This record gives sequence, C-alpha cells and structure tokens, in this order.
Amino acid sequence: MSMQEGDTAMEQTRPMNLVGGIAATAARARERRAGSVQLTGPKIVAEHFNFYYGAFQALADISLEFPALQVVGIIGPSGCGKSTLLRAINRMHDRTPGARGEGRLTLDGQEIYAAATDPIQIRRRVGMVFQRPNPFASSIYANVAYGLRLNGVRSRQQLDERVEHALRRAALWDEVKDRLHRDSGTALSGGQQQRLCIARAIATEPEVLLMDEPCSALDPIATLKIEELIDQLRAQFTIVMVTHNMQQAARVSDMTVFMLMDEKTRAGRVIEVAATAQLFTSPGDARTEAYISGRFG
Amino acid sequence: MSLRTGAPPNYARRRIIDRIMRALTVVATATAVVPLVLILGYVLVVGGSGLSVSFFTETYQAPLMGDFTDPTLVDPAVGAPEGGANPDDPYADLDLGALTGATPAEPTDGHGSIDLSQVSSGGGVLHGIVGTLLVTLVGLLLALPVGLLAGVFLAEYDNNWLATATRFCTDVLSGAPSIVIGVVAYILIVQQTRTFSGLAGSIAIALLMVPTITRTTEEILRLVPQTVREAAMGLGAPTWYTTFTVVIPTALTGIVTGVLLAFARGAGETAPLILTVLGNNTLSVNMLAPIAALPLLAYRYTESPFPTEIQLAWSTSFVLVVLVLFINIALRLATRSRLRGR
Repeated sequence: MSMQEGDTAMEQTRPMNLVGGIAATAARARERRAGSVQLTGPKIVAEHFNFYYGAFQALADISLEFPALQVVGIIGPSGCGKSTLLRAINRMHDRTPGARGEGRLTLDGQEIYAAATDPIQIRRRVGMVFQRPNPFASSIYANVAYGLRLNGVRSRQQLDERVEHALRRAALWDEVKDRLHRDSGTALSGGQQQRLCIARAIATEPEVLLMDEPCSALDPIATLKIEELIDQLRAQFTIVMVTHNMQQAARVSDMTVFMLMDEKTRAGRVIEVAATAQLFTSPGDARTEAYISGRFG
Repeated sequence: MSLRTGAPPNYARRRIIDRIMRALTVVATATAVVPLVLILGYVLVVGGSGLSVSFFTETYQAPLMGDFTDPTLVDPAVGAPEGGANPDDPYADLDLGALTGATPAEPTDGHGSIDLSQVSSGGGVLHGIVGTLLVTLVGLLLALPVGLLAGVFLAEYDNNWLATATRFCTDVLSGAPSIVIGVVAYILIVQQTRTFSGLAGSIAIALLMVPTITRTTEEILRLVPQTVREAAMGLGAPTWYTTFTVVIPTALTGIVTGVLLAFARGAGETAPLILTVLGNNTLSVNMLAPIAALPLLAYRYTESPFPTEIQLAWSTSFVLVVLVLFINIALRLATRSRLRGR
C-alpha cells in the first residue's frame, strides 16, 4: 500500500474537526502498527460480484481485493449488504433457499461459487466468528476440539496441544484451564464465549477469519479484549470484519470498505475502499464523509 | 392531561378485567389438575394398600376359597389336582381361562354356589411387569431409530414433497385410535404367523410410538437456534455431522421428553395388546409366544367376579404407574448433562 505519504498530506490540509475523533483514532492506530503491516498480495478477490436472494438482488457489482494478512473492516448502515458480502465469502448462504452468487469471487484464485468447488472445503479454509457468541452446549474443551475432530484429529495428545494453543492465542487459556472438561461453553460470560468462539475458529488454522460484528453483543471491556486479540491475530490470518462501530473500524482495521444500499434497487454497493486512516481523514466520496461524520446511518 | 398524578381513568376497569382473567386461568388449571390428582391419588392409595413383596416376585395364582396360603386348600374350579395334560392336545399350552375371560374359581355346577367375598388370591404380577417391559422396550427399540431419523429429516431437510407428505401422515397416524393399529397388526402379523406373540405387540406399540417421536423430535430440533448450526457449518461440518454432534445433543432433553411420552403411551396401551400379545398367566420371556402385560392384567382383573381380583386390578394399575414413573426418572438421569452451566 503506497498511500501513506498522500495520507499525511491530506491530514494536514483537511480540517480535523470534520470527522474529529475517528480520524485521530485511525491515525493513532496506523502509527501504532507502522512497520508491522506487511505488503501482501490479494487473498480474496471479488470482480463484478452480484448476490441474490431469489429475485431480490442484495449485492450489486462488488469489486474488491482483500489483501492477505491484513484486517479489512466493512462499515455501512443497516441493510447495506455488509453481512451478506461477508457470509458470501464462505458460502454461509447455502442453506438459504434461493440464495445465489454470480460473477467472480475467488479465494487464492479459486472460484468460491464454481460448481466444482466444495463449500465444506472453503469453510475449512475460511473460519467464521458470529455476531452473537454461539458456543456449543458441550464442554469448553469439546468446543475448541470440534473443528479438529471434524478434520480427523484423533490423538489425545495432539488434541490437547492444539486446544491449549488455540485457547492461549484467544487469550482465554488462563481463565478456563482449570475447568476445560467440567464447564459447558455456555457457562462462560459473553466476552469469554466470544473468545471461545474465536479459539474454536482458529484451532483448525484457517487462512481467513470472517468476523460478523464480533463485539456488538459485548460490553466495552470485553470489546477491548477482542480488539487486542484481533491485533495479534493479524500476523497469521487474513481478517475481514463487519462492524457497526466506526470507532472500532478505525482502531483495528488496516483497510476499510464503506458500503451503502442503492436507493432505487435496494442492492448493496461498495462506495469506497481505502486505507483506514485515509478513509476516515479524507474520504473520497461525499456519502462516505456524510456517514462517518454522523449525518446519516 | 394528568398522566403523572393519580391513576388513568380506565385503571379500575383494567384491574377488574385483569383479576377476572387471572381467576379464569386458575379455575381452568384446577379443572385440569384436580381430576388428575384424584385419579392418581386413588390408584396410589387403593392400589398401594394391596401391595406385598410377593406381588412383585410371583406370577398368577388361581383364586382359592379361604386362606390362599393354606396348601391343603383345593381349587374350587378344578376340585382335585390335575392328572396331567393330554400329550396330543395341541392347545395344551394355551390358557383357555385367559382366552375366554373365565377364571377357574367361577362357580360351577359341581360345586354349588360360593361366597365370592370368601375367595382370596395370592400371587403377583411379575409376569406382567416382565411382559410389559419386554413388549414396550422392544417396541421402543423399533420405533426410536425410525422416529428420530424421520424427525431429523423433517427438521433439517424440509421443503420437499416427501417432508410434507410425512408430516401429514404422522399427524393422521398419531390421531388414529389404537385399536385400529391393533387390528392392522392382528391381520398382518398374528394371522400370517398363526400365533399371538409379544413381538406382534411390540410392532403394534412401535407403530403407535413413531408419530409421537417423529413430531416431538422435529418440533424440538426446530427450537435449536440457527446460530448453533451456523457455528458448525462455519467450521466446515456437513449437515449430518452438525445434526448428530451439535443439534441433537443441544436438544437432547426435549427429545427425551418426547420419547418418554411415547414410552408411557406405549406402556399403557391395552387395545392393541388384546389383539396381539393376548396375555399369559405364567412368566414368559418368549417374544414369539403370547406374553403377559400389565394393562391386560388390569383389564382382565376388573372383569373378575371376585373382589380379591378387583383389588389386584388396582394394584396392577399402581405398578404400571410407578413403572412408567421409574423409567421416566431413570432415562432423565441417564441423559442428564454432567457439565456445569447448561
């Protein structure tokens, strides 16, 4: 990404009070991560991608590149298609009757919606964390081991190691190590449940992590912990995160996508894609500016 | 407007309506519960009063005049001990008494009249307990896989003509009178195999259980939040794997409830058993031959002229109620989660 210098220049020429705190947040976050963000090629690419629920077009002409090992935030008002786009990436719509994707959407060059593509194989490479923590009603250990067992890991020792590793990386190990087999995953607090779900998703070492408003059901302290966690996970995973919270997008994402519902067709469109600091300091589109400065949405 | 000072103008009316509605619900609840408590209480008191250890350890004994524990007493119907059955008699094993409803102690011409209240009977219903457990549990084993898998199909793979047709058929079947199932089992199994048998009874009971298990399983599986299915799906689990590792375990308590309802219904069925298992006065575990069952015993005892056997009918009912309760508790304990915080 070569927008860094232009970015800074824009910051100086633009009045800071336009988007105020968010721009500052994004700038601080960028400085904090300066040097740690790697320049990488695209992991997921959408080219003129459309998505339909039956006759209704939910996404129109989406063209995007999600760079590998970076955090991409998707923001936009309710109904703009953020979640639809996110869930399209690992074919979570397959159970919805009439849902279908058209155009190109690729993971490492592989067509996600090609007839020959096995959605199960895609989902094993693309993990997902949902809006509401959804642990299984089994033990904490069984929750994390679920994906491993599904993939055929049977050795007790190997399971133990990988469950511990995943829980450590999800910053949950110390809180649950004494009750792995005794407590149900549903017995944990909301924030712990969400970290358990993250541990469950990363235990199988996927390449991509999709997060659908992962903090919207959590309190501020639990939210902070998840954000710190995302900051560490970016080293190994390509992360795509939908969020309602612009401050959060400014804090954690390297790149931000702003989406909006088309007023006539009601289909979701991408309005602007930019490095996070740039999008929040000098949005290129008037609608982006209106949204991030709180004039609608 | 003075919304903040004092009650709104229709407050009194609302309060009266609220009280009336509450009273109505209480009355309706009482109407439903009181007869239930009375029936159960009467069975427990009257049936329980006639219980003894031998009631659980012995099988049928023909009623006798006077003290049945006195070994010198003579069976009033038979007179003297039998000289042995005719070896050529193909129906030697068949209990004619059970077939015709006649009991050996019925007054016969040779013995003149007897005082019915003086007739007492010992013995117990061990054969009935064993028979009911066998017939019902085998029925449950037959019905469980069919009902569970059909319920899974309806809940997880719906939106096709087969699911719609299955749903309609199970609804009709669950409303069908049990005697109809009994007649079907009689014609298709008893007549074809030329023998009444415990297995025919199990099949009839299984047919009665399947719709209950299917529909409760479907309803309960539908209550499992979609987010839990999505979690497994997002990890790359196929639908069948998700169903068996996540959805069914989550819904287990509810499924067990449905299975228990089916079991209780099956254990208490009488009509189909009359046409299939027939009954047996001795302890038998042969599922290919007539076998005893508690509801059949209770039914036959109530037809008896002897007060002592009427008492047996009560005690048998008591045992049936307790048996179902016992299995209910046992299954709940067996399927209870051992995790904290569920």
